[in-house]
Amino acid sequence: MGCGAAMNALREKVMRGVFMTAALVSILAVALICVFLFANGLPVLGKIGIFNFLLGQEWSPADDPQVFGILPMILGSLYVTAGAIVVGVPIGILTAVFLARVCPAKMYAMIKPGIDLLAGIPSVVYGFFGMAVIVPLAGNSILAASLLLGVMILPTIITLAESSLRAVPQSYYEGALALGAGHYRSVFRILLPAAKSGILAAVILGIGRAIGETMAVIMVAGNQARIPGSPFQGVRTLTANIVIEMGYAAEMHREALIATGVVLFVFILLINLSFSALKRRMD
Amino acid sequence: MKNLGRIGRSRAPMAGSSQMPGSPQMPGSPQMPGSPQMPGSPQMPGSPQMPGNIQMSGNTRRFSETCMAVATWAAACLTLGILVFLVGFILVRGIPYITPSLFAFTYTSDNVSLMPALISTLFMTVLALLIAVPFGVFSAIYLVEYARRGNKFVSFVRTTTETLSGIPSIVYGLFGLLFFVTFLGWGFSVLAGAFTLAIMILPLVMRSSEEALKAVPDAYREGAFGLGAGRLRTVFRIVIPPAMPGILAGIILAVGRIVGETAALIYTAGTVAQIPASPAQSARTLSVHMYALTSEGFYMNEGYATAVVLLVLVVLINTGSAMLAKRIGRGRKG
Repeated sequence: MGCGAAMNALREKVMRGVFMTAALVSILAVALICVFLFANGLPVLGKIGIFNFLLGQEWSPADDPQVFGILPMILGSLYVTAGAIVVGVPIGILTAVFLARVCPAKMYAMIKPGIDLLAGIPSVVYGFFGMAVIVPLAGNSILAASLLLGVMILPTIITLAESSLRAVPQSYYEGALALGAGHYRSVFRILLPAAKSGILAAVILGIGRAIGETMAVIMVAGNQARIPGSPFQGVRTLTANIVIEMGYAAEMHREALIATGVVLFVFILLINLSFSALKRRMD
Repeated sequence: MKNLGRIGRSRAPMAGSSQMPGSPQMPGSPQMPGSPQMPGSPQMPGSPQMPGNIQMSGNTRRFSETCMAVATWAAACLTLGILVFLVGFILVRGIPYITPSLFAFTYTSDNVSLMPALISTLFMTVLALLIAVPFGVFSAIYLVEYARRGNKFVSFVRTTTETLSGIPSIVYGLFGLLFFVTFLGWGFSVLAGAFTLAIMILPLVMRSSEEALKAVPDAYREGAFGLGAGRLRTVFRIVIPPAMPGILAGIILAVGRIVGETAALIYTAGTVAQIPASPAQSARTLSVHMYALTSEGFYMNEGYATAVVLLVLVVLINTGSAMLAKRIGRGRKG
């Protein structure tokens, strides 16, 4: 009897240790990712010079001497992301309003799986669609990439904005109605501002998705490593730079690509940080 | 006033809320009146204070209501329209090219078979889940059942999980290349790909398991403790069974991410088009296969057909997950 109890106590202790170790794995993963990216990507910055790397306008790894400036790619990622926000955010927020406050329950049951499907479609399929439908109209350009990414971030924005709209107390809406505002006026002037930080969080997450998107962008953006002059010109993003050249890069070129990844990673960390800060404010 | 009833019936945003990678859990507590949000809102440009409404003529008011209604409906129609067009386009272009030779067991440049890629996808999925699910579920168990609430360690783990879920897949791919392929010397292999994907889906599995465990009422635990069960027994016999559908729904969503992944796999699992004989060999999943087809540029039609297969997989995965999520929703009410 006492032996059984001791066994039980031991088992409890061991399993507690196992669970705790499992919880440590995600910390370990983040640490490993940081260590390996920075250890492999940072040394080359010393050789190139951090300002030459970040602000250099020319990327020509094939030249002698090699030139590694990623400003075109940084701008490329920013342009394309900004374009995606312009396309995706208004449509996304309005659709979220529709789902949360306008559409009847039966319709909701039909539309919601559609939004989930939009979220589940692989980015290669989006890219393929973009190649076949958007590129013939807009060319391989910033515009094409922005349109496609705008669609791709829709589910992120819709889902998050919808749930933050739903989190606004019903009494706000009722109060607005009681003061004589119409249905839509109450939703747009009272509920939407009250859900502001949640919606901002949705937009930030959308930015994160857009800036990190790789395959779909490669398939429609043209990928020229130069600073674009207009939205109708091709552009290369940070993500595209890595995928396109990693296959054959060696030595310093390879390290410069890893450093590109580091820059992307830092961007994402900043975005994550502002997202967490916003979330904490909402809590 | 008739709107009130409709809103009252609106559902809780539970189903599918774990869908987005990194989807934060919307706190049930919105800003209280008097928080900085509210005073700000009447000052929005062009937004008069409520009494301003009285001065608006009925016509203007009706007009602005109509405008907002039109904008909302138009956006929803546009979103749906894009979805229908995208899916329809892929289906119409792809279905005619779904031929038996596309499902041959060996890939040749003649048949461009997707069967090896399909089998590799399955292989990769199983392997990645075997790695990620135990860690994900166990750490969720620790966070929900063992750690004290509000504990520093818990919030640290949560922050790292959020960080993980925000990292784009190409960065995972880069890490996999540096760590598994190069540092550990595994080369381009299914194993390296599976480990990379496992880290990628870990936050998703953790998050949904956490949500599912939290949804089990405390009364269950108290009852079990009251009857003399230990913590371990309580967790496995009492808490996990009702949480199972939610955990499974999360795992299925993770499968969806694995099936759709490309960027994290190109430089970890490689792009060999044949069925791998062992986890140490390189193989391409269906998504990578599709990217390879289109980047070669010769096989657009087969690309469409592959897209159809991918879409079908995604629909199946989403349906499975939604059905399970619905079950947990019902379980909670009952």
